[in-house]
Amino acid sequence: MTSPLEIFFGSILDHNIALAYILGMCPLIAISTNIRNARGMGLAVVFVVTLTGMINYPIYLLLVRLDVAWLNLLVFIITIAATVQFLEMFIDKFFPRLYNSFGLFLPLITVNCVVLGVSLFFVNREYSFVETAAFSFGSGIGWMLAIILLAGVREKMARSSDVPKGLAGKGMTFIVLGILALAVIGFTGLASIQ
Amino acid sequence: MKKLIRMRYTKWFNISRDGLSRNNPIVISVLGICSALAITNRVDNALAMGAAVTFVIIGSSLIISMIRNFIPTRVRMITYMVVIAGLVIIVQFMLQAFFPDLYSALGAYVGLIITNCIVMGRSEAFAAKNPVKFTFFDGLANGIGYTYVLVLIAIVREILAFGTVLNYQILPDTFPTWQVMAIAPGGFFVLGLLIWVMRDLTKNYDEEATA
Repeated sequence: MTSPLEIFFGSILDHNIALAYILGMCPLIAISTNIRNARGMGLAVVFVVTLTGMINYPIYLLLVRLDVAWLNLLVFIITIAATVQFLEMFIDKFFPRLYNSFGLFLPLITVNCVVLGVSLFFVNREYSFVETAAFSFGSGIGWMLAIILLAGVREKMARSSDVPKGLAGKGMTFIVLGILALAVIGFTGLASIQ
Repeated sequence: MKKLIRMRYTKWFNISRDGLSRNNPIVISVLGICSALAITNRVDNALAMGAAVTFVIIGSSLIISMIRNFIPTRVRMITYMVVIAGLVIIVQFMLQAFFPDLYSALGAYVGLIITNCIVMGRSEAFAAKNPVKFTFFDGLANGIGYTYVLVLIAIVREILAFGTVLNYQILPDTFPTWQVMAIAPGGFFVLGLLIWVMRDLTKNYDEEATA
């Protein structure tokens, strides 16, 4: 039995959703050229992942009760699209300053695998509601950590390092990601999530 | 010979070259990486994933191309999503029924084909504007382009991590296996190096590098 706190810290560090489970790579690589954008995207992901994780949990229970659990993919993706759409309108209307910092990234999130991945993982791991909440929030933070670290390294590298021509750009980004993933492995054993 | 040269200018040739090398979804466009790295520590997983994705790309492209004149532009994204999700559910059932071992090895990553940017990208960029016969071919070319890169990565990782290919022993028992290749960092390193090799071979450099 793992406590929610353990799940929370575990999913930030040693079970980091970006660096250990390799989810959400497309935006991670596309938007990590500078720290400002990376932070905006990271914040948007934290918001959306936490919300959709908590919304999808009761919906999944309902599906199980109606004996149509196999529809979960279709239902999850629609909930996610709707939540993102709603959140965008809400933030645009009530928090215009917040919208400027990360609202632009919201539409891109519907196709971010982290969001759907978190919803599918809690089904596979049979979490309770509190565990799901801890896991989704932790995963969001973990993803944000990964994108900010990567953006920091890339920003420095763009100025000061001489990368071979064929490797420059996306190729080098993968090598950096590999090294970051090795660092995360250093935390192995922090939490026993399965 | 003349016929062969003329082939180079047909749309068929261009579509297949785009999918296989010039705009290869993984190596050049860098789309759909999540599944490409997460499951490529074994060659059989890579083959299964490649087949599943190819099926979904072809299916969704065909359906979207058929109904492309009836979809209102405002709701096209959600339409694509529903079509793709339906196909992925079919794939899930097929795997569960015929290959239960592979199904449990791939786990949640089968469901994540929905958010694979390649599928969405081909629907939006190609299927929404082209007739059915070309979309089928484009889906096939992209699916094969995706699969062969997956299998290449998987071969390297499986040899180094387990000393086997498709569970046949390749390296002698005395070879110290590289644990790191079986987990995430190995995938990142192998893909990074593969991109380097492919870009140098095709002389097709990243725009960031030349800027």
